[in-house]
Amino acid sequence: MSDDIRTLTTRLAEEPTSLAFLELAEALRHRGQLDAARKVARGGLSRYPGLADAHDLLARILSDQGDLAGAFDAWADALRLDPMRTGSLKGIAFLYFRAGDAVAAIDHLQRAAEADPDDESIAQALARVRRESRAMAHRTAPAPAPDPEPVTVAEPPPVEQPDPSSPFAELEGGHALVLVDANGLRLAGSLPAPDGDETGDRVAAQLAGVSREAARATRLLGLGTWQSITVESPDAHFVLVRPTGETVLLAAREPSLPMARVALVAERAARAAKSWLERVQ
Amino acid sequence: MTDAQTVLDRVTRVTRVPGVRGALVASALDGLVVAEQLMDGVDGRAAAALAGSLVGRLVRTAEGAGRQAPAFVQLRAERGSILAAPCPDDLVLIAVVGPDANVGLARLEMLDAASRLA
Repeated sequence: MSDDIRTLTTRLAEEPTSLAFLELAEALRHRGQLDAARKVARGGLSRYPGLADAHDLLARILSDQGDLAGAFDAWADALRLDPMRTGSLKGIAFLYFRAGDAVAAIDHLQRAAEADPDDESIAQALARVRRESRAMAHRTAPAPAPDPEPVTVAEPPPVEQPDPSSPFAELEGGHALVLVDANGLRLAGSLPAPDGDETGDRVAAQLAGVSREAARATRLLGLGTWQSITVESPDAHFVLVRPTGETVLLAAREPSLPMARVALVAERAARAAKSWLERVQ
Repeated sequence: MTDAQTVLDRVTRVTRVPGVRGALVASALDGLVVAEQLMDGVDGRAAAALAGSLVGRLVRTAEGAGRQAPAFVQLRAERGSILAAPCPDDLVLIAVVGPDANVGLARLEMLDAASRLA
């Protein structure tokens, strides 16, 4: 056992409630003692479940171990506590890119760039992902895994299964769909504006509590449980449905697609979102 | 600004569509009812306040997505729907319809009415 690990272990033994577990788990991770690092990190998390640093650390350890689903969940937990945490945004972006979802990867890297515009590694990662995704779009053969250099995590093994972190990954027409929780946070999906800007988070924030509001309206008017909201705008058709009691899903399409067809897209996406939520919760 | 009788006439036209239980025009800002034509049992003030608030939220949602403000909204529920058509001057035309209502016809009447309530 190296000196620093021995010192940190002693410190943690003397003060089990201290934050020394963060340094110890990190030191163990750097030395490749991943099982030990994971145990220390999980132990610390049981005492500090609200500490974003601890979730982020666990995510990096799990990523090193090749547990991509576990790493995704841990980074998602970190982002719930600290939505603009650049390390976690980069980590999730890396996982999305590994899974072939360049749009989601770019979305997370853009958020990271907004949070820390001075971090050149984020801009480089963004440029690299964009370049790779363009190249992948032009290739007919299966694409090789992208270079993980922009992200600070170790390269996990290739993903062979469909991305478990995206409810819409296998859905035909699975674009312009946003899954939102009751607090207005985006759980999955994206919603590009006509100019290409990503608006998913902004839209999600506006939809906080929409389900409760719709429920109150239909109850007071004796109409029973609400089922969907359709919104016609001159340049878009929107359909809102609720996959579960705590979430809403927004599907957006161009107005040339009849509203009834948009509603079908939304219902199909809601079913996919519901089964995804059951898997990840 | 449209006069009160014209507003009421437009609302009445909407209520003639089969299955429509009532219609009203309200301020989208504070939910105050400007004109209403409702069947017994339909709470106009509740419809105005709640639908107005919901429409306001959906307007902001559309704007947040970089899209134009909605022209028509349908909140569908088990036993009917609430229909809303934003009008000029921060007014909103709202209709409460039953499950068997001709929503397509109600929509056309409402869009026509909303365009004339300037």
